[in-house]
Formats: sequence, structure tokens, C-alpha cells
Amino acid sequence: MRTNYDVIIIGSGIVGSLTARYLSAYDINILVVEKESDVGMNTSSANSAIIHSGYDPAPNTLKAAMNSLGNRLWHTLAPELGIAFKESGSYVVAIGAGELPVLRGLYERGIANSIPGLKIINKAEFLTREPLINPDVSGALWAPTAAVIDPFGAVLAAAENAVVNGAEYLFETEFTGFISGGDKITGIKTTRGDFSCKWVVNSAGIHSGEIAKKAGTRKDFIITPRKGSYLVFDPVKLSINNVLFPVPTDKGKGTLVSTTTHGNVMIGPNNEPCENMDDSATTRAGVEEVLKGAKKLVPSIDQKNVIAMYAGIRASGNAGRDFVIDIPVEIKGLVNLCGIESPGFASAPAIALKVVELLKSAGFELKEKPGWIPVRKPAPHLHTLSLKERAELTAKNPAYGRIVCRCEEITEGEIIDAMRSPVPARTYDGIKRRTWLGTGRCQGSFDMPRVIQIMAREMGIPETEVTKKGGGSEIVFRKTKEVPAR
Amino acid sequence: MKKIYDVVVIGAGPAGLSAAIEAKKSGAGDVLIIERNNEPGGILLQCIHNGFGSVIFKKDLPGPAYAWNFIEQARSLNVEMVFDTMVVDITGGRKIYASNSVEGFIELDAKAIVLAMGCRERTRAQIMAPGDRPAGVFTAGMVQRLVNIEGYMPGKNFVILGSGDIGMIMARRLTLEGAKVIKIIELLPYLTGLRRNYVQCLQDFGIPLELSTTIKRITGKKRVEAVETVGVDETLTPIAGTERVIACDSLILSVGLVPENELSRKAGVVLDPLTLGPVVDETMATNVPGIFAAGNVVTIYDLVDYVSMAGATAGISAAKFAAGAPVSPPAFTLTPGDGVRTVMPQKITGLSGPDASVLVELRASREFAGRVSVNILEDENIVYSHVEKYARPAEMITLKINWNETAKKLSNNKSGLKVNIAKI
Ligand SMILES: Cc1cc2nc3c(=O)[nH]c(=O)nc-3n(C[C@H](O)[C@H](O)[C@H](O)COP(=O)(O)OP(=O)(O)OC[C@H]3O[C@@H](n4cnc5c(N)ncnc54)[C@H](O)[C@@H]3O)c2cc1C
Ligand SMILES: Cc1cc2nc3c(=O)[nH]c(=O)nc-3n(C[C@H](O)[C@H](O)[C@H](O)COP(=O)(O)OP(=O)(O)OC[C@H]3O[C@@H](n4cnc5c(N)ncnc54)[C@H](O)[C@@H]3O)c2cc1C
Repeated sequence: MRTNYDVIIIGSGIVGSLTARYLSAYDINILVVEKESDVGMNTSSANSAIIHSGYDPAPNTLKAAMNSLGNRLWHTLAPELGIAFKESGSYVVAIGAGELPVLRGLYERGIANSIPGLKIINKAEFLTREPLINPDVSGALWAPTAAVIDPFGAVLAAAENAVVNGAEYLFETEFTGFISGGDKITGIKTTRGDFSCKWVVNSAGIHSGEIAKKAGTRKDFIITPRKGSYLVFDPVKLSINNVLFPVPTDKGKGTLVSTTTHGNVMIGPNNEPCENMDDSATTRAGVEEVLKGAKKLVPSIDQKNVIAMYAGIRASGNAGRDFVIDIPVEIKGLVNLCGIESPGFASAPAIALKVVELLKSAGFELKEKPGWIPVRKPAPHLHTLSLKERAELTAKNPAYGRIVCRCEEITEGEIIDAMRSPVPARTYDGIKRRTWLGTGRCQGSFDMPRVIQIMAREMGIPETEVTKKGGGSEIVFRKTKEVPAR
Repeated sequence: MKKIYDVVVIGAGPAGLSAAIEAKKSGAGDVLIIERNNEPGGILLQCIHNGFGSVIFKKDLPGPAYAWNFIEQARSLNVEMVFDTMVVDITGGRKIYASNSVEGFIELDAKAIVLAMGCRERTRAQIMAPGDRPAGVFTAGMVQRLVNIEGYMPGKNFVILGSGDIGMIMARRLTLEGAKVIKIIELLPYLTGLRRNYVQCLQDFGIPLELSTTIKRITGKKRVEAVETVGVDETLTPIAGTERVIACDSLILSVGLVPENELSRKAGVVLDPLTLGPVVDETMATNVPGIFAAGNVVTIYDLVDYVSMAGATAGISAAKFAAGAPVSPPAFTLTPGDGVRTVMPQKITGLSGPDASVLVELRASREFAGRVSVNILEDENIVYSHVEKYARPAEMITLKINWNETAKKLSNNKSGLKVNIAKI
């Protein structure tokens, strides 16, 4: 195993993975270390998935600049990397006359941030755009450049593209400390040994503050995690094709009702304290709060049709504070990306490009690599193809004919693709996130036994070693009729 | 496989097998069953406990043995069966699209279709069980498949939520396989499965049942480490202060079954919001001409024998339709009245069979401890009545009605009839 790299990136969320992807255009060795079993398992796969247009951040902040540039970049990056991306636009919806003036303020902030196409539309027009809206609607702010993304798919696409271009990923590998010589970081310690490098990029999400501190930087930076819960609905039972925000309050953007790239309706988040840094458990109170919040916009929402729920952790506590994107002065060889809270996803491509710029200006030699491949073609999703295309693919590869997940109609061929991709799925959840298997109304209760078999076969391991989300999350533990170990 | 069939049956469970057998016996030429599993039998294959066949065979058979009788019959009648093949779309014009790894993408036409897709299980999100999202949360049917068919144990210490039959049966099964079932908890103030299963699966194995209790939260980052339970009051609202943390590595959800009707919807079949299955008449015809339905896809049954009977009726009707017999429009509707939650069939033509025998399956909406009469009413006028020792939501009530007799009592020429349950 190689232990010497030019750049080591801590964390494989959208920020780390896009940084790896843009850096992979240069002739350097890149390693991404990730403590989880797969890319993007934390905040980057549990968020609202909105590529915000950029009217929200206060003008003249990094957040405002990164958001509006990031939004523009995503519109070309998403197709280039084969990421599911819906150019839906977004609305901030005022309910009752009292909320109407807020729209004007947001509109003006948007103009200050140079956001194109903003428009305030009236009640009558909005009712034709979203018939399920609360009839007390008084108007809405339309932001046409906002979009909805498949967040995990985006992280995966960035990571796969980086790997195809030579970057390496190590999973279940936790950064534990820096190795430094004099005034310079020369490497990192991890749970899989030491690695040396010229530069470290700290893109560890909610843990980025602790890591910055370990390097003796950003001593004042404290992240107090707060979680936001989401509920996802059965698309057959509820269909909304818009992104609907309530008017923001001092507590944040509020509970939205949104469409996903997959065609489900998703509602959330709320804003509640975490018991510890990594507490992403949903709570009854939180779920009820989300339902109540969403019903303000769409009163007909019915909890009976919920098919999934989860929560994401905000890197907040630095509320009102800006993103940290810099090379600290205290020590050489480190880029800190801290407090990348919302609109962090929308901003990520701009942040990644900014890292490249920072490294260049710090004198790090970045030579363009001939033959860099900027384009990624995603594996096929059979249920999105026409009957004819399905027939053609199945004729070529019979595994595309064997449907394993009945709700989402995911085939064995797609599972095998996921396990043989540049960033291969190695866990049940990894397959689920790549293929959408088990995400429908039966939530995997039909497919799981079959997927365990396919995984065991593909990885050449016994069924008892197949995990849901990495070591310790095994699904079955022995054959029946074997004597239980005491 | 051919391009066109007289009758295509979707699903080779007991409903589908009976439908195919009776369609053949009634003269249908080409009959095909499409099954996504790799063998026929449906859910019965994983039900290795006994308790099947008491009505039809007067025997207490395990699930696979019950299924075997029908599989053999279907084979000897040359019913064509394809396995590992999933139907992905059907149209109101009775075109069927399916997919498998041998023929690839399949398109065929049917003169008549029988929907027999069975049901699926309710999941964690539908009961809003909050907390972490670790490995070790299973539905009961999934555990049944893992243990009885794949041969794997998915945990050591189990808590089961839901006192339905599958949960209780799995509690016994897991105990026999060497696991510890700590307890079964149930949200409602009463048992939701059959009493016989309570005695044979829980009492006999000393497994405690706690009523009026639910899951407050699931904890464990990688694998379930504990569940926190909480008592609920009559309105099913959690009672603060009754929380209890139970260490375990697995939580099984046995919280109900839902008819599997995605295909039915695509074909334009109208569903009943109460049964969640197609609205049918006593011939098992849906609103779409030539599309029939039977079994758990229509309403969730307790006893497989009645599933087989409904399948047989659907098969006979499908064969008739395929042969060009005229369609008789329903003359009456049956709707749930007081004490009744669901009724099937929802419509009655009153014309089928020489004895005009109609099977009505219904569920009570609440517990009735003593004797009750189950009545069919035309306004206030009782046109049919039947006595049961008790009525519970957990136990389906089957009425076998001679419609010719009942029709004689109808006076007002009303088409809307109600079914109620009344204390005697
Ligand atoms: C509720 C909610 C809603 C949001 N909605 C939106 C939205 O609609 N639009 C938008 O633009 N933004 C949104 N955001 C913000 C956005 O999700 C984040 O800004 C973005 O995902 C941050 O990406 P990241 O890569 O910095 O962090 P992460 O995705 O958290 O990645 C950090 C990675 O570092 C790893 N890591 C941490 N410590 C270590 C270690 N010691 N060793 C190795 N690896 C480590 C973690 O496991 C993780 O994978 C939302 C956030 C939340 C919480
Ligand atoms: C755990 C359990 C215990 C039970 N215990 C008893 C008992 O003790 N006694 C008793 O009498 N009854 C019992 N029952 C009830 C009885 O088994 C069921 O009512 C009966 O099996 C339902 O039959 P079915 O044909 O409607 O559905 P199923 O048996 O579920 O068959 C449906 C078939 O359709 C197939 N299918 C679905 N969709 C498609 C598609 N798109 N394409 C192709 N194929 C498809 C499925 O793979 C399946 O094989 C029990 C049920 C369960 C689940």
C-alpha cells in the first residue's frame, strides 16, 4: 500500500469528493480518507438536496459568492458527471398576508447577490403552479435557477470521476492526528497507519472544527451540531413537482416540501439539538414537528404515506458566521474547510475550485494532466429506460432481466454494476444508495435476503460477513442448525 | 412462451394456483402463470408451521404441503408456469409486460387476467418508529424467509413489535432455533393475531406479551443495541414516565400486511380505500373487463383455504370471459355498517353459479366479546343473518350466502346494502 501522497483529503462528503475530482485534473497523487464504509454517508446524503439559487446568504460573504458561483457550476457539472438533476426552480411561499412583505426582502437580497430571474408571483398564478398549496397562500418568490440534486449520487459521481482519474479512496480509515515537522504538516495518522503528504485538505464536515484545532488553528471555532429530520412519501400517494420553502424565520429556512430527483415528495427539516456529535437519530417529536411544518404549506400531507425517514446533522453553531475556506497562517500544508453548512451542497463545486486556487497561490505546483477525463457516464437504471432500451440491454446482459427489488424494479445487473464500479459498493446501504434498491414502499423487506446472496457471491465472502453499513453491522450471524456460540 | 393466452395469472401463490387450475378445468386452452419467485407456492413456502387446510382438506398441514396439492394439480393439467419472471406492467387492454433473465423483456396478450400478487408488509416508516437506522430491524416476513428458506439466523436477542400471526409464529420459530425472544409488544389493547397462535407460540414458550405499548426509539449506530418502549393510553398516545429500555440486537416488525396493487393501478383497476385491494364482485371481477383478482391482493385473509376458494372462482370467471361469455354488471353494492371495518366483495351481480352461492369476507372494526349476529341490511330490513360466538378485528368472518334465498327478501329494489355486526 502506498503511504506517500501529494494531497490527502479528510472526508469524502461532497466537499472532499469534488475537491478530489477537480484536483485529479493535475499531475499529483491524491488520497481521500473516510472513516465510514462508503462515500458521503454523513451530511452530504441527509440534507434537503436543493441547489439554492443564492438569494439567501447575506451579501458580500463567502457563502453568497460560493453559492451563486456553485449554482452556475452545477448546471454544467451535473450533466457532465451524469448526476440526476432537476432544474425545478424553487419557491418561497407566503401564507397569509402577514408573510407577504418577507418575500420583498428576500428578493432584494437576491438582487444584491446578482441572482438571475427572481420574480414575485401572485396568489392566482401560484395556485395554477401548485394546486396542492394551502389556499391561504398570498404570493411566492420564484427562483428559476434553483435545482434539485440526487445528493448521494452527486458525491458518488464526483468520487468515481476522481478515481477514474487516479485519486485513491480509503474507507473505514479515520484521521486521528497530524504529523508535523517544524512549522509544516508532513502527514497524518489514521486508524490504518500513517501517511505522509505535502498538503492536507480538512473537509471533515461536522468534525472539521476539531481537526482544525488539532493542527493548532481556528481555536475559536466550535461546531454545535443540530439535526434536521426528513420524511419521504410514496410517489403513488403524493405527487408534488415543485420545491416549496416557507418564509424563513430567525431559526432558519424552515420546513420545506420538495420533490426529489427520484420523483418522491420529501418534507423537512426541523431543527433540534443532538445528544452528541454523531447523533442522527430521528425522534417522535422531531417527526411530528416536520409534519406540522409541512402541513402549513400542503395541508393534505398524510403521514400514512411515509415510506422512509432520516435525519442529517448541521455543522452549525457558527450561525451567522461565514464558511471557512482558507490556508491558516499558524501552520503550513493545511487547507481548512470548516462550517460548510447550508448552502454547502450548492456551493461545493465553487469551494473545490477555490481550494485549487488557494493551493496554486500558496506555490504548490499543479501541472495539468494530459488525458484527464472530465466526463462520467452513470450505470443504467433500467426502470427509467423505455421498454425498447430495456429489451436491448437485457438481450446483452441477462442479469438486467432479473428483478430483485420489486418496488423500484432494480435488477441483479444493476446491483452487479454497483459492486464493480470505480468506487464499488461494499455494503447493503452502498447498493441501496447507488441503485435505489429497497427505497420504495417495502423498504427492502423483499429484496434483502436476495441481495445478501448476490453480495456474498460477488465479494467472495460468506453471507454472515455481509454488512448493512460496514464492520459491526452484519445482517445475519450464523446458519440455522449451527450450535450458537456461547 | 406464447404471444397470446386465454388466461394469464400473475402470481403462483395459492390464489394464483387455484385460479389457473379452475380456469383449465372450465375449458380455457392456454393458461399461463407468471411468478417472480423461482418456484410456485407463494408465501406458503416459507410458512413451514402447520395450520393450513382445515377447511378444504380437513387436515392440519404445513404451508408447503398445502401448496404441493395445488402445484401437482396445476402440473398435471398442463398449466404453463414461468418462474424468476416479474410482471412490470399491465394495461387495461390486457397487455402484459414482464422481465426475466432468459427471455429478457417479454410482451404478451391475455384474453383474461387474474391478479394474484399477494401482499407486502408494512415497514418501519409507516409506523413511524424513530431513532437510529442500524442493521437489525427486520419485518417478520423477511425474517421468516431468512430463517426458513435461506437458513440464516438474523440475530440473538429479539423484541417483536406487533402481535399479528407472523410475529407470533416467528417468536416460536426463533426460540426453537436457539434465539431469545424477550417480548412481544402490541400498540392496541388487544391481540391482533389468532388466539390459537397466542397459545401455541407465546404461552407454550413463556414469551411475554405486553399490550398498549409501542416503540419510542431504536438505538445503535451499526447494529441495534436497544429499543425504548413506551406505554400508550386509549387514544394510543404515549404515556410519559412509562418508558423502558430493553437491550436487544434485533427488532422485528409484524405490523400488518398491505395488498400489493401497483400493477392493478397501472391497469386502471379501482381500489377499495378500506381493504386497499381491488373492488370486486362475487365472481372476483374488477371494474376492468377481463381482469379478475383473488387472494391477499384483494383483502388480507387469515385462512388460506378461503384464498384458494376465491382463486378458484376467479379462474372460472376468467375462463368464461376468455371464451366470450357476456359480462353481468353488478346489481348490488355491499358496504361496511356498524361494527364492520372491511367487506369483500363490494359488489354483487347475484347471477353466478346454479346455487348462486356468494362468499363474503369481512372484518370487525372492534372487539365483541359475546355472541353477535352478522347481518346484511337493506335499509333497516335484515335480509341475511348469521350468528358468531364472538367477533374480533383479528379474525376474518366468512359468510356463505345463498343469494337466491337472500334476494327473495329484498323488497325495496334498493341496490345499496350494508353489513353490520350487532351484539345479541
Ligand atoms: C438538514 C440539512 C439540510 C441541508 N440542506 C441543504 C440544501 O438544501 N442545499 C445545500 O446546498 N446545502 C444543504 N445542507 C448543507 C450541506 O448538506 C452540507 O453543507 C454539505 O453536505 C457538507 O459537505 P461536507 O463534505 O463538508 O460534509 P460531510 O458530508 O459531512 O462530509 C464529511 C465527511 O468527513 C468524514 N469524516 C469526519 N471526520 C473524519 C475523520 N476523523 N476521519 C475520516 N473521515 C472523517 C465524515 O464521515 C464525512 O463523510 C443541509 C444540511 C443539513 C444538515
Ligand atoms: C407468516 C404467515 C403465516 C400464515 N399462517 C397461516 C396459517 O397458519 N393458516 C392459514 O390458513 N393461512 C395462513 N396464512 C395466510 C395464507 O398463507 C395467505 O393468505 C395466502 O398464502 C395468500 O395467498 P396469495 O396467493 O394471495 O398470495 P401469496 O402466497 O403471497 O402469493 C402471491 C404470489 O405472487 C407473486 N407475485 C407478486 N407480484 C408479482 C409480479 N409482479 N410478477 C410475478 N409474480 C408476482 C409472488 O411472488 C407470490 O408468489 C399465513 C400467512 C403468512 C404470511
